[in-house]
Amino acid sequence: MAMEVTQILLNAQSIDGSVRKHAEDNLRQFQEQNLPTFLLSISGELANDEKPVESRKLAGLILKNALDAKEQHRKFELVQRWLSLDASVKAQIKSSLLKTLSSPAYEARSTASQVIAKVSGIELPHKQWPELIGSLLSNINQQSVHAKQATLETLGYLCEEISPQVIDQDQVNKILTAVVQGMNTSEASTDVRLAATRALYNALGFAQANFSNDMERDYIMRVVCEATISPELKLRQAAFECLVAIASSYYDKLAPYIHDIFNITAKAVKDDEEPVALQAMEFWSSICDEEIDILDEYGGEFSGDSEIPCFYFTKKALPALVPMLLETLLKQEEDQDQDEGAWNIAMAGGTCLGLVARTVGDDIVPLVMPFIQENITKPDWRQREAATYAFGSIFEGPAPDKLVPLVDKALPFMLNALMTDPNSHVKDTTAWTLGRMFEFLHGSAIETSIITPANVQQIINVLLHSMKDVPNVAEKACGALYFLAQGYEDVESTSPLSSYLQEIVQSLLAATHREDSGESRLRTAAYETLNEVVRSSTEESGPMVMQLVPLIMLELHQTVEAQQLSSDEREKQNELQGLLCGCLQVIIQKLGSSETTKYVFLQYADQMMNLFLRVFASKSATAHEEAMLAIGALAYAMGQDFTKYMTEFYKYLETGLQNFEDYQVCAITVGVVGDVCRAIEDKILPYCDGIMTQLLKDLSSNQLHRSVKPPIFSCFGDIALAIGENFEKYLMYAMPMLQGAAELSFHTSDADEDIEYTNLLRNGILEAYSGIFQGFKGSPKTQLLMPYAPHVLQFLDSLYTEKDMDDVVSKTAIGVLGDLADTLGPNAGPLIQHSVSSKEFLKECLTSEDHLVKESAEWAKLAISRSVAF
Amino acid sequence: MAPHELRRPFKRPAISDQQKRRDLSLIRQEKNRLDAQRHARFLASTVLSLQPPADSEIITDSNPSPEQEFELVEEGIEALELDVRQAAKLKGTEARRWFAKQLMLPEWMIDIPDRLCHDWYVLARPAGKRCFVVSSNGTTVSRLRNGTLLHRFPSSLPSGARNKGNSSSQSYCILDCIFHELDQTYYVTDMVCWAGFSLYECTAEFRFFWLNSKLVETGACDPPSVYHKHRFSLPTVYNCDQAGLHASYTQPTSYVKDGLLFYNKHAHYQTGNTPLALVWKDANCSQYVIDTDSKGQILDQQQVVLALQENGKLTTSDEPPVEFGCLDMEFIQKSGLQTGDLLKFSVSDRGLCFTDGKLEKADIQFISKSNRARAFADSFSKIMFQHMVRHSPLQIEDLFASITSSAVKDKEVTDEEMAD
Repeated sequence: MAMEVTQILLNAQSIDGSVRKHAEDNLRQFQEQNLPTFLLSISGELANDEKPVESRKLAGLILKNALDAKEQHRKFELVQRWLSLDASVKAQIKSSLLKTLSSPAYEARSTASQVIAKVSGIELPHKQWPELIGSLLSNINQQSVHAKQATLETLGYLCEEISPQVIDQDQVNKILTAVVQGMNTSEASTDVRLAATRALYNALGFAQANFSNDMERDYIMRVVCEATISPELKLRQAAFECLVAIASSYYDKLAPYIHDIFNITAKAVKDDEEPVALQAMEFWSSICDEEIDILDEYGGEFSGDSEIPCFYFTKKALPALVPMLLETLLKQEEDQDQDEGAWNIAMAGGTCLGLVARTVGDDIVPLVMPFIQENITKPDWRQREAATYAFGSIFEGPAPDKLVPLVDKALPFMLNALMTDPNSHVKDTTAWTLGRMFEFLHGSAIETSIITPANVQQIINVLLHSMKDVPNVAEKACGALYFLAQGYEDVESTSPLSSYLQEIVQSLLAATHREDSGESRLRTAAYETLNEVVRSSTEESGPMVMQLVPLIMLELHQTVEAQQLSSDEREKQNELQGLLCGCLQVIIQKLGSSETTKYVFLQYADQMMNLFLRVFASKSATAHEEAMLAIGALAYAMGQDFTKYMTEFYKYLETGLQNFEDYQVCAITVGVVGDVCRAIEDKILPYCDGIMTQLLKDLSSNQLHRSVKPPIFSCFGDIALAIGENFEKYLMYAMPMLQGAAELSFHTSDADEDIEYTNLLRNGILEAYSGIFQGFKGSPKTQLLMPYAPHVLQFLDSLYTEKDMDDVVSKTAIGVLGDLADTLGPNAGPLIQHSVSSKEFLKECLTSEDHLVKESAEWAKLAISRSVAF
Repeated sequence: MAPHELRRPFKRPAISDQQKRRDLSLIRQEKNRLDAQRHARFLASTVLSLQPPADSEIITDSNPSPEQEFELVEEGIEALELDVRQAAKLKGTEARRWFAKQLMLPEWMIDIPDRLCHDWYVLARPAGKRCFVVSSNGTTVSRLRNGTLLHRFPSSLPSGARNKGNSSSQSYCILDCIFHELDQTYYVTDMVCWAGFSLYECTAEFRFFWLNSKLVETGACDPPSVYHKHRFSLPTVYNCDQAGLHASYTQPTSYVKDGLLFYNKHAHYQTGNTPLALVWKDANCSQYVIDTDSKGQILDQQQVVLALQENGKLTTSDEPPVEFGCLDMEFIQKSGLQTGDLLKFSVSDRGLCFTDGKLEKADIQFISKSNRARAFADSFSKIMFQHMVRHSPLQIEDLFASITSSAVKDKEVTDEEMAD
């Protein structure tokens, strides 16, 4: 077999399909029959310099795929499989891999470095392969350029693969030393410098200690800055990437270098090639991101403290930064508005200008206005467009009272430009700028709105007219109307849009029916705007919204009737179904929320439900999701009457709960189960066996995305509340799951996203407990819950002791304390009195500034005082 | 390690409408869940039994006298359960019937409870109409002891007026009040439900704590305004020690006093007659110590209202009822009286004889059927108190004395403990 492996690997890349398939089958069989031999054989192939590059490369890829997979559960299996392999086999494979790093064949080296990183990702956290980093570092000291380059690449991949805790500071220091030396100008090989620079990008996350040391940091910064002026484009680009990463990770360490960095970036933006200039601009965008976050924290808390101080780099650089960015706006590409994937220096410049405005606020206005005034009427479209784009970019940040007078003056000009400018690029940006005006300078939060009874009609006329323009302009006009409508969301009785509603709706529907509405996202934008118009409409427009119901239903009907479509047409059809279901969902929520319209509208319920169920026949996840959300809204509007659909709807509910792949569909279905529980209450009982079975399966699955698990726990609570003591038979399954998850929630990492997830998970668990306790309240079977009470209280106590929950969890947790006391009464008295939760935790929550926390705490106090009698 | 993607969103709203729809759905579901939870939490203890609607209609049609409708349905009989929000929707007779049963009725103080100074509160009772004030669904309704409507008005109580942000159906309130005509103010003497929280099963101590901390917050004690027609006010509640009793008895109040109210700190709000809340009065703190007729004249003889039972027996409203005598069947038939009727009797001087606090003999004469507005017969304690007022009243000095002696006893106990 070993002799043949080269040929099989080459055959597996053959253009002849049958040869290829045969080879692939061979490889699979080989792997299944004897994994250790197979892995040894292909690692030997990879290491063998006498073999063809093609077979070596594929051997490396197969090896890599034997160690890692995208799906979480598969990845876990592969890790376990590798760890359980015989140590001598693993040692032999690893030695082959290390040897390959010195191969003259670039592709073999490069593949090997990726495989080594994967192995290290498995072994280093288990304290295996301790000699790896040492032997890599000794490679660098060899004279071979190949080995040096490949080793630096390996270190880069390795840093990408593992978390900083896994290696100790001493090793970090050695890695960084090697990497920074590799970047140095004294290094003759550009390949080595590039590999080292890219490695540094990944290693930055490990360099916390080194960045706190002035000398080490100075050295790293000097080497990075020198690399930004290398003659090699790729090296300059990689060096700027490092600067961008440093801006995010070590913002607070940048002060001594910011002046030099400004000069470097300004020069790159002005003179360098686009990929480099884009990175240079991204540096300032990242600085803005950081400062916006810090200033947000300043503003958010009265104490004004943030872990990181703001150094106001953007504000200090402003007089030079803004002109630099404005220059870039004139470098537009023709037709960039039609190209979805376009990203160029003008786009990046405007985006960065927007971030600068958000960072510095009012100060940007006087720096930008002269540019706008000078260019907005120029004959060259580039100048008019750049001026308009600059204007639209600065609406978020400065105080509205600074902008409103300027916008009041500019608005008639903009409306005119949208109607008459000969260049569609200018019109596109003008419509977008109008949208930004409405988004930030109109609405209930703005004291003097730029929209007045005097100009509202003209605005609407212009926007509706532009909906007939080329698709990208029409799409922006829809967007502008979206924000115009959004500004009226809080209007109570009469909306200025009401008298134009008929025209608006007609124009939007006409836009959706345009032949070219598939271009530039026009159709989607038109439906989204229709949704917002419906959402922001007032009660007086009820009849108008009602008229939309049969219209949209008819459109949806046509899509489910359409047959024999090409796959391309089908895809469009599914997208349209999603949009129509989304639109109906918005209408259901609107009309269902008012008693006057609800009953008229519910005449359509049967037909509508029928259509939604037919949408489930399609294969599109988005369409399913939207239909499911619409059904949830319908159930909420109908209440008990929804029961009649359950026999038919149930199977789709079950299918939705089984949809592991499109976990969004699964998550939304879980939410809809909750809607249905609240709508039909105990009428859901006949379906509960099926639903509970599926939910329990979902929880046990490691295929299902973890974000769905917290809502599943909450859903347990919804079900228990709906069916009361009938939940009895699920207790023996649900309770251990809840307990297990509760315990697990104390063993997660401190990464931000994990903390957030832990909070969500705990909230879900607690909502389940709440629903179960409340569901059993007053039932003769409450004693069934007694055995679980100690654990629940212990969970609450641990939550309190850990001190890492957010307000939402505090609210739910203290509520559970009340529910437990309320349902179990004096039986649980001694338990409750012994818990920390009933004392310190409760006391803390009673004085919380969050009124929901306080309300829950008051409930708990009440329930305890009622049943435990202090 | 290819260069990293750095494209940022361009000319697009930061959030897609699809995400907005998802988020709005999640917000709606979260809110509905919260509502469902609240509903479950606050529902239970305010549930009371009523006769099924079919029966009640028959009764309403054939016999409008309220007394019969107040019968509680015994356990085991299929009962229509109502909570306050549902009850708030009741109209007419049904509403009267329901609310008439909800008040806690203090007994009259005919002897002094032990531990008066430890376990009791005291407050000067405002003169006026005892009523229930219920705020829900944007309106406030007050009902008298017999269930009839007193006022319907907007108020600053939670859900008490139809102004913005005050419309949650969960958020109803029930207050036990006395309406004081002179300053058109509702004096709150107890809190039964607050913003959806039921306080029935809470101790008086807790209820007063809650009352004091919550009522002012809402602005209900502010002067009247468009959305707040009547001012609410809190009588000062004292611990029933020397100082407290003295203050409540002698301190001037913004309202006309009508006796003193005593609350046992540990007692729950119990509907109907209870000995854990007591009322006491003398001429210094009330204009109406001895019962008067409709013209305000003191009656020559004490009058009592008793309920006629099936067997002709005449009983008080207590649970269990106390028997005061018996009418013979012939007289009942001749006078057209029916079981359950409330009948007025006069008591001859020294007509009530007691042995060990128990009624031994009652010498009473039938006068007439009582006023139709009456919902209940007199309680035993009321008859006793009136009797004592005319013959050997319980005086304020007795109350002070009981507090002093109790304090002395306490001191002795402490001294003994210290001696140990």
